[in-house]
Amino acid sequence: MSEHVDIDKQVRIYVTVFVSLFVLTIVTVAVSYLDVSVPVALTIGLFIATVKGSLVACFFMHLIDEKKIVYWTLALTVAFFIALMALPLLTSVADQVGEFAEVEAHEPH
Amino acid sequence: MEIPYTVEAHPETGLNNGKIGIWLFLTSEVMLFGALFATFIMLRIGSDGNWAAMQAEAELNIPLATLNTAVLIASSLTMVMAWASLMRGQLGRFKLFGWLTVACGGIFLVIKYFEYTAKFEHHHYPESSTFLAIYFAMTGLHALHVIGGMAWNAYFTGPGSKLFHTNRQWLTDRVEHSGLFWHFVDLVWIFLFPVFYLL
Repeated sequence: MSEHVDIDKQVRIYVTVFVSLFVLTIVTVAVSYLDVSVPVALTIGLFIATVKGSLVACFFMHLIDEKKIVYWTLALTVAFFIALMALPLLTSVADQVGEFAEVEAHEPH
Repeated sequence: MEIPYTVEAHPETGLNNGKIGIWLFLTSEVMLFGALFATFIMLRIGSDGNWAAMQAEAELNIPLATLNTAVLIASSLTMVMAWASLMRGQLGRFKLFGWLTVACGGIFLVIKYFEYTAKFEHHHYPESSTFLAIYFAMTGLHALHVIGGMAWNAYFTGPGSKLFHTNRQWLTDRVEHSGLFWHFVDLVWIFLFPVFYLL
């Protein structure tokens, strides 16, 4: 965070972020009781969690006003993180393709 | 020998040693929890539709977990307020908010203790199901991070706060760095809560 900051303004932002996080937590719980399909529930739930996480990172962790080297370091981390998350999904897709090919091979032509 | 760039920024990075160090540490933490989240995805996809049944059988306590989420969010506020107090030169308020942060961590762990013991009373152990195995692994690792963050904050709020009288900026920076770790722990819980309890 830059050296010259208006602390009173910062504190007002912190309190606003805290209230937002609290409200979003209630929204997350409320949404989980909605009668929607699993993929829709997952999308909504993870979207709200991402918004909450961004609020914490940007304001509590001061990422909104940080040096470039931190952004570059985090960008690299995000790239590896996405690769890590994609691996199990790719494995799942590969399994399904394999099963499909197996069924095709055994079907009489 | 004096270690350079403990307070002043390094000309190459624009940051002091502590700040660059804590961010590098947090990136490694992202990959640690990332590996477990990837494991979670793999287990869920591979459960052949049994995930919801295992989740229901585990009988996780949503009201307690919601309360724990609120406690951790509150602790993040007290953490930044502790740092803001140091920026204003208010040692007394810094200590108040610092101890409140540690107390919130303690409340979180007590609630977690009640959650875990309720599971054990119903003979729900990590080996009971795939869901419980990853649940205990991830929430347990997170709880260890809460303990680490509490120890770190307790040191700077207690004996470490003597630095206020000799090098206030150094203490302020150190508290900002411990705060970054604490907020990261909060951030991880923000994702653990819906993933295990709600979805």
